[in-house]
Amino acid sequence: MSTAQEAARGDDPYIIGVGRRSHAGLPRFEHAERTLASKRVISAYGFWIFLLSDIIMFSAFFAAYAVLSGQTAGGPSGKDLFDITRVALQTACLLLSSFACGVASIGARARNDAMYYGGMTATALLGAAFLLLEIREFSGLIAQGAGPTRSAFLSSFFALVGCHGLHVTLGLLWLLTMMAQVFAKGYRADIMRRVLCFALFWHTLDIIWVGIFTVVYLMGLAR
Amino acid sequence: MFGKLTWAAVPLDQPIPLVAGCVAFGIVGGIAVYVVLKGWAPYLWREWITSVDHKHIGVMYIFLAMVMLLRGFTDAIMMRSQQALAFRAPGYLPPEHYDQIFSAHGTLMILFVAMPFMIGLINIVVPLQLGVRDVAFPTLNSVSFWLTATGALLINLSLVIGEFARTGWLPYPPLSELDYSPGVGVDYYLWSLQISGVGTLLTGVNFVTTILKIRAPGMTYMRMPIFCWTALASSLLIVAAFPILTATLAMLLLDRYLGFHFFTNEAGGNPMMFMNLIWAWGHPEVYILVLPAFGVFSEVVSTLSRKPLFGYRSMVAATMAICVLAFMVWLHHFFTMGAGANVNAFFAITTMIIAVPAGVKVFNWLFTMYGGRIRYAPPMLWSIGFLVTFVIGGMTGVLLSVPPADFVLHNSLFLVAHFHNVIIGGVLFGAFAGYTFWFPKAFGFRLEESLGRAAFWCWFLGFYLAFMPLYVLGFMGMTRRMQHYDVPEWHPWLLLAAAGAAVILAGIGLQIAQLVVSFRHREQLRDTTGDPWNGRSLEWSTSSPPPAFNFAVLPRIEGGDAYWETKQRALRQLVLADEPAYADIELPRNSATGFVCAFFATFLGFALIWHIWWLAAVSFLGAFATFVAFAWRDRTDYRVSADEVARIDRENRSARRAALAQLGATE
Repeated sequence: MSTAQEAARGDDPYIIGVGRRSHAGLPRFEHAERTLASKRVISAYGFWIFLLSDIIMFSAFFAAYAVLSGQTAGGPSGKDLFDITRVALQTACLLLSSFACGVASIGARARNDAMYYGGMTATALLGAAFLLLEIREFSGLIAQGAGPTRSAFLSSFFALVGCHGLHVTLGLLWLLTMMAQVFAKGYRADIMRRVLCFALFWHTLDIIWVGIFTVVYLMGLAR
Repeated sequence: MFGKLTWAAVPLDQPIPLVAGCVAFGIVGGIAVYVVLKGWAPYLWREWITSVDHKHIGVMYIFLAMVMLLRGFTDAIMMRSQQALAFRAPGYLPPEHYDQIFSAHGTLMILFVAMPFMIGLINIVVPLQLGVRDVAFPTLNSVSFWLTATGALLINLSLVIGEFARTGWLPYPPLSELDYSPGVGVDYYLWSLQISGVGTLLTGVNFVTTILKIRAPGMTYMRMPIFCWTALASSLLIVAAFPILTATLAMLLLDRYLGFHFFTNEAGGNPMMFMNLIWAWGHPEVYILVLPAFGVFSEVVSTLSRKPLFGYRSMVAATMAICVLAFMVWLHHFFTMGAGANVNAFFAITTMIIAVPAGVKVFNWLFTMYGGRIRYAPPMLWSIGFLVTFVIGGMTGVLLSVPPADFVLHNSLFLVAHFHNVIIGGVLFGAFAGYTFWFPKAFGFRLEESLGRAAFWCWFLGFYLAFMPLYVLGFMGMTRRMQHYDVPEWHPWLLLAAAGAAVILAGIGLQIAQLVVSFRHREQLRDTTGDPWNGRSLEWSTSSPPPAFNFAVLPRIEGGDAYWETKQRALRQLVLADEPAYADIELPRNSATGFVCAFFATFLGFALIWHIWWLAAVSFLGAFATFVAFAWRDRTDYRVSADEVARIDRENRSARRAALAQLGATE
């Protein structure tokens, strides 16, 4: 036990720059409440961190689009291809679906079945409408020979917008799962946390769409 | 039906990978059969495979890292021996095989040795140091581990089915595009990294949340041990950098699978964009690896010098400065690719600046040792070896950061020597320091010390013998990745380097021997008190190995070096603090989600590599169904009763009381 004996000789004389000690008898616990968060806060916070990482992934696709948007390889540019009416319609669908998702969240918190299922159904329908419009846009482009293999510009366009579309698709899958879960299990605390995370996810897709709408479509048409 | 997969995929004409692969899978299969025959399978399933306990997951990470280290080191030995033999001769490895070996070596060592080793240490230690019972998302933690294991499995599968990439550890286009790499090698690389990258990202999310949101009462940020700070910085870098890797590899996949033009030569593609994107991940990745190692050294140097860490606040500041600066230096990996003098100058300066916080850390460790009572146990030896080696590696790095010098040394063996200097000397020595330091905490018995010392000296000397010649060869103009050469001046240095690799091999042998000997003598080496090093942070306040709930009662923290104060009080008065009031503890139940999910992910990856689309769809649905099944369960926790908690804690307390009594008797 030589190590313990040496330690027993008393306090270290070298205490420099280590976090400040409590005053005798007056423990500094002012931050103590904040160090152990509730499960709801932990879930939502962790999911936000994940969403931030997702946004960083999109930012890489945005960067690639910014680099390649002029590389049309003699093919069509955004100005020749984009249909502003359809994009406006898509934007309306997605923003309204976010509103519906907010209604569903309030419904879940109020344990109001009509509000929750109604809101979720509206979210799903609007999301599906958005996807349908996107699929029609993509298939139209491919049909007129402006598919992703045509040029680097179109590659980056399809990847960026398609990645968002893929997120919406997975979001729909999650949405239906959450409706089924609440139907089967009720508004249990752990399921409510998932509803919260789903809402965060859906709203984040809106934020990203605002970026796509601006950088890809508006700036592409103004070019 | 089976996409591109035919019997021709089995490389019957290449005996080396085939035999090596068959032996490796034979050993793994043999162990599996042995485990089942011995009746250990249920134990393994219950306590390890489905465990969501951060300590068990950490141990599995480190086990994976060590197995992959053997594989990666085998590649290293093959490269060194090939270059020793290939002077005016073809050697024994044909070029297409040699290219696969250096690609696999880099990929494995960085992503499946260094990463899991560090993540394993973080898993075992951080929740204990924070004084809490688990990480934020325990089941997700298990998913992360098993996805990493999937990536490792897929890479090793390429030994016997198909081939691995020949494009280096970062698959630069246009070489990695379908036109120039039509085989499945690059696809193996891409899907392994995509799958394990998801696991790593989730680990990052998990630990950011854990460290920022779950700490014992009173554990304020400036009271956290430095290892927690470095784990936080590393996790933040994972969250910020790995999505870039995912996006970049996805673009290359789109190029290869669907004919996109991100990085192609034709149709406006831009290969240089790949360099920028991949290094925007790749450089932070270096710090993801080395920051936790810095944390390990901080803990080891302080504990084994019996002093608090010198300059705690400056250590925190340096860690976070590196965390930010890590994203501002990536272009120094391709100074020669024509970004222009001004851009090069900017990145040269940021690169030199990042040496400053690293230097602050070095001086802090030195001043921590100064005036301390240093115990030269293996963890301390690794730390001192690191200090010497890392300073050399850092200085050659600063040399390379000068663009004119870089133009001369780019892609030479000088560069290879530099990054092995910092990654072996920094990350791997850190991993071994942490392994020997926390082994008693994880398993309840210490590692035998004399073999540990011998292993250290073999590694240390072997490293210098193997890599210092590469600096010389770099100056002599030898480029990296050469399968054969005809310059007589190079040959003696390459023989020397091969001898160095053999000495390192002896070090690895001694480490295995140390593990075996320690296990056989575990009763003599038993750590009864839970505090074998006279530790300072909270992980030493609980028993070794800790109970599933880590702490019977959450500790209340009143200062830095949280456990030191408590221990001093007990040592002064020769009594333990009063027995606390025990309460029931809720713990997360085991879950097979991670394992089942990784099972499907393995098939998903394999199916995508070989274009077996129906299998990919089935596997994806399987993984989704696994998650839904997990989400459907009703009981997520189990309860440890207060009586049981009291029984377990009293054992720990009586061991400590006995140690105190012994101490009182000797005084």
